[in-house]
Amino acid sequence: MLEISNLSHVYGSGPGAHHAIEGLNLSVAEGELLCIVGPSGAGKSTLLRSIAGLIQPTGGEVRIEGKLVKQTPDNLAVVFQDYSRSLFPWMSVADNVALPLRRKKMDKQQRRAAAQEALESVGLAEAGKKYPFQLSGGMQQRVAIARALAYRPALMLMDEPFGSVDAQTREDLEDLVLQVRGHHKMTIVLITHDIDESVYVGDRVVVLSKAPAHVVGDLKVELASPRDQITTREHSDFVHLRAEVGRLVRGLERTPA
Amino acid sequence: MIRTLGVLGFLLVLEAAGRLGLIEALPPVSVVLVTAAGLAVDGSFLSDVGATLSACAAGLLIAVVTAVPAGLLLGTVPAVERSVRPLVEFLRPIPSLSLIPLAMFLWTDSHDAKIALIVYTCSWPLLINTMYGLADVDPIAKDTLRGFGFGPMAVLWRVSLPSTAPFIATGVRIAVSVTLIVAVSVELLAGGGGGIGAYLVQAGSANRVDRMLAATVWAGALGLAANALFTAAERRLLRWRWAT
Repeated sequence: MLEISNLSHVYGSGPGAHHAIEGLNLSVAEGELLCIVGPSGAGKSTLLRSIAGLIQPTGGEVRIEGKLVKQTPDNLAVVFQDYSRSLFPWMSVADNVALPLRRKKMDKQQRRAAAQEALESVGLAEAGKKYPFQLSGGMQQRVAIARALAYRPALMLMDEPFGSVDAQTREDLEDLVLQVRGHHKMTIVLITHDIDESVYVGDRVVVLSKAPAHVVGDLKVELASPRDQITTREHSDFVHLRAEVGRLVRGLERTPA
Repeated sequence: MIRTLGVLGFLLVLEAAGRLGLIEALPPVSVVLVTAAGLAVDGSFLSDVGATLSACAAGLLIAVVTAVPAGLLLGTVPAVERSVRPLVEFLRPIPSLSLIPLAMFLWTDSHDAKIALIVYTCSWPLLINTMYGLADVDPIAKDTLRGFGFGPMAVLWRVSLPSTAPFIATGVRIAVSVTLIVAVSVELLAGGGGGIGAYLVQAGSANRVDRMLAATVWAGALGLAANALFTAAERRLLRWRWAT
C-alpha cells in the first residue's frame, strides 16, 4: 500500500548541505502497523514528511496505493508528537475533530456525528464541548488521534505520538492504538525512538541508520495478540526482539555513518 | 477602594487649592465637573462628540478592512513583503500629525481629511501586528491541516488567521487609542466639520476655561470607555487565548 523507492532528501546545498535520507527503500503492506525506529536526528521526521507530501524529497519517490505522492494525499492523516501545537486552541474538542472532515462530502450533522463517534472510540465521549487546554496532555493526544480516526484514512502516520506524555499515559496510548487499529481497517506507520515501544506496538519494526538515513534492519514482530503491557513485555520473544532492535540502533550510535 | 480614595483626595486638594485662590488661572474642580455634567445634555456639544466619534469609527473601520488584508498579503507572500518593506520603513516613522496640512490640502472637507488621517495612522499598527502575528503562526499547526490535504488558502483562513487574531486585536486596541488623538488634533486645526477639537477652540476663544476643561474631561472619558469596550470584546472573542 506504501512503496518508498530510492528516497533521498537533502536540506540546503553546497558544503553545508544536510543529507537527511539517502537511498531509502521500504514497502508497507495493507493493514500493517509498521514502527520505524532510529537514533535521534536520523531523519525519521523527514521520512514521515516525505510520505505525507509535506515536503518534496530531493530524490526518489513515494507511492501510496500506487499513486505517486506529489502533495498531501486525500486518504492520509498525520498525528504529530506535539498535541499542544497541533490541536487548535480556539476550537472546541469536537470542532477540532470535525474540522478535517470538511474535506469530505459530509454535511455539518454528519461531521458532528463522526467526530462524536471518534471521540467515543478513544474514550472521550464527554469531552466534545471542552477546549483542548481543559484536558490533560494524554487526553489531548487522544483528541489528536480521534481527529485522525474520524477522517478514516487508509494510512495513518504517527510522528513520535507518545513522546510528550508520562510513562503511564504512554502505555495507555500504546494500547489505544492497538485497540483502534482492530476496529478501523487502516495501515499505520508509527515513528518512535523508543525501542520497547516499537516492538510492543508494531507488526514489524524497521531500523534506520543515522543521517543520511537508510534501512539497516527489518524485523517481523510475531507476538501473540491481544498484547498486554505486563505479559507481552515479559515474554522471551519480546525480550529477544527488543535486544535485537536495540543492538541495531545502539551499534549505529557507536559507529557514526 | 484605596484607588477611589486616592482619586477623591486628589480632586479635593485641587478643589481646595482653587477655592483658596492658590490656582487663579483655572476654575475649581467642582465648577468644571458641573459644566461637564451640563455638556452631557448640551445638544451642540453632543453633536460635536458625534462628529468626532463617527470619524474615529469610520477611520478605524476602513483601516481594519484595508490594513489587515494587506498585512495578510505581505505576511504570506515574501516577494511582496520584500518589495514593499523599504516603503513601509520610510513611511512608518513619519509623525502622522505632521501630515495634517497635507490631508487638509488633499481633502477640502475637513471631516474627510480627518477620516483619511485616522485611516493612515491606524493602518500601521494593524499592518505591522498582522504581519508579526503571521510570522508567529506555529508551523506544526499549519502542517496539521496540510496533512489532511487542505490547500494554502484553507490553511490561511482556518489556521493562520485565527492564530493571528490576538495580534490583530492588539493592533486594533493601539489603533483605537490613536484615533481620538488624530481626530481631535485635526479638529483643532480645521474645525469646519465640528468635533470635540472644534468645541475646544471655540471655548478657548471665548475664554471659557471651564468649558475647555469640561470638554477635555469628556474626551478622556471617551478614550477610557473605548479602551474598556475593546478590551472586553477582545477578552470575549479570544477567550481561548486568555485561558491557555
